[in-house]
Amino acid sequence: MAISREEICIKVRETLVDALGVDDDEVTDEATLMGDLGAESIDFLDIVFRLEKAFGIKIPREELFPPENLLNDAHYVENGKLTAEGLTKLKAQMPHVDFTEFSRDPDLNKLPDLFRVKSICDYIDSNVNAA
Amino acid sequence: MRWIWIDKFVEFESGKRAAAIKNVSLAEEHLHDHFPGYPVMPQSLMIEAMAQTSGILVGEARHFQEKVILAKITKAVFHALARPGDQLRLEAEIENLTEEAAAINGTIRCGEKVIGEISLMFSHIDKNLAGMEFPEENFVFNEQFMSLLQFYLEDPESSVQSS
Repeated sequence: MAISREEICIKVRETLVDALGVDDDEVTDEATLMGDLGAESIDFLDIVFRLEKAFGIKIPREELFPPENLLNDAHYVENGKLTAEGLTKLKAQMPHVDFTEFSRDPDLNKLPDLFRVKSICDYIDSNVNAA
Repeated sequence: MRWIWIDKFVEFESGKRAAAIKNVSLAEEHLHDHFPGYPVMPQSLMIEAMAQTSGILVGEARHFQEKVILAKITKAVFHALARPGDQLRLEAEIENLTEEAAAINGTIRCGEKVIGEISLMFSHIDKNLAGMEFPEENFVFNEQFMSLLQFYLEDPESSVQSS
C-alpha cells in the first residue's frame, strides 16, 4: 500500500518528537539528528524501533544510521577520515544519503551532519513505496 | 548498602513480562533524609526498581549472554508518592528485543492505584560499543540479581512459566 511522501514526513516527524523529546517546530527537513536534535546512539535504536512499528517494516540499523562497526575499523578509517574503501562501503549501505559533498573531504567529524530528517523520510519513502 | 530495589518476583514469563514487589520500609536509611519528617521513596529509585525488574527480564530472555545496561529513560510519569509501609508492584513488559537493545514498558502500582508509568531502553553493550573493552564476566548480572530470579523459579508456590 503506497503512502504519500507528505504522510511519511508527518509520521517521521512525530516519531522524532517522541523519541528525542524535541518540539515539533525543531524537526525541519534539514535539521541534523545529532547536531540540531541532540540524538545519541541509543536514540538511533529507539528511532528504528518506532519507525519499524509505525510503518510496519524491518529496518536494519546500519542502513539508517552511522555504522559504529565501520567507523572503528582500521580498513575503513585512517587519520580521522574515511578511506576510499570505507566510503564505498558506506555508500553501498546507505543509498538514500547524498555523499557528494562529504566525498570531497570524508572527515569523520563531518559525518553526523549527513544524517538529517530528510534522509529518514527518503529512506522510508524508498522502502515502503518500492515494495 | 546493597543496591537492590526489588524484594521478590511474583510473576515471570520468559521473554514477555514480569512482575516484582518492592516493600517501602522506614528501615531504609535514605528515607530519613528524603525528606526529614516526610519520608517518600525517591522517584529515581522507583525508576531503578523498574530497571532492575525489566533488566532481569531482558537479560533472562537472552540467557544472560549480554551485559544489559540501562541506556535511556524514554518516559517516567508519576501520579502519586510511595511512602513507608506501601507495597509497590512493578510490572514490566518487553516491547521490543533485538540483539543490540531492548525496549520495555512498565507500570508501578500501589494497591489498585497506578502510581507510575515508566518506559526504558536497554543497551547490550558488547554489541554496541564496538572497540571498547569490557571485562569478560557479566558484571551486570551479579549474584544478588541472579538469586532473586532463582528464588522465584524454585519456590513451589509460585507458578513457573517455562521459557
